[in-house]
Amino acid sequence: MKITVAGEKKEFADGITVSELIELEQVETPQYVTVSVNEEFINAEDFETHKLSEGDEVEFLYFMGGGR
Amino acid sequence: MKITITRSDLDRIVEHALLERPDEACGLIAGTDNEDGIREIKKVYLLTNIDHTNEHFSIDPKEQLKAIKDMRANGLKPIGNWHSHPETPSRPSEEDKRLANDSKASYLILSLMEEGNPVLNAFHVESVNGEKEVRKEELIIKEDK
Repeated sequence: MKITVAGEKKEFADGITVSELIELEQVETPQYVTVSVNEEFINAEDFETHKLSEGDEVEFLYFMGGGR
Repeated sequence: MKITITRSDLDRIVEHALLERPDEACGLIAGTDNEDGIREIKKVYLLTNIDHTNEHFSIDPKEQLKAIKDMRANGLKPIGNWHSHPETPSRPSEEDKRLANDSKASYLILSLMEEGNPVLNAFHVESVNGEKEVRKEELIIKEDK
């Protein structure tokens, strides 16, 4: 199935989960990543169970914060 | 690393940060890494600090997502972020260093501690042997044409 990851269409096995995609895409520092699928944010505790579907648009965002 | 920002983008950041006081203000920067090794900021995004305090900032992830898509649509790439220190100097705090997890990013920090004299600096933060190493980048302000 085709999924768009960070604006780029790619081919993946049917039914892969967000966790599997994070691994396949070799996402750096995955503990700090926020994932959106079709502009909906996925809870980190659902990464292992959330299956992706044909045509999904996935974005990896890194938490950005700091303090004085 | 040399990084450029236009006077008008700098002014937009300062104006936004002054309006957001006493809270920290924040946003993203987008641009290009040119062949001559100079990183050029071509667009700044003024985003919401969802912490709404003068001690922390967290960029609104929904606005972050929108900004990333806008960058892509405009042929730009995310090159870092900026935030203000309303009462402290323009240097990464311990928390800034701890939360700086992208070694390719430029981190811009605007100090407003001296009234009428905003100070903006750019930094590179990298993990080396488990410690965060900070290097100041050369920030060049380009006058608008």
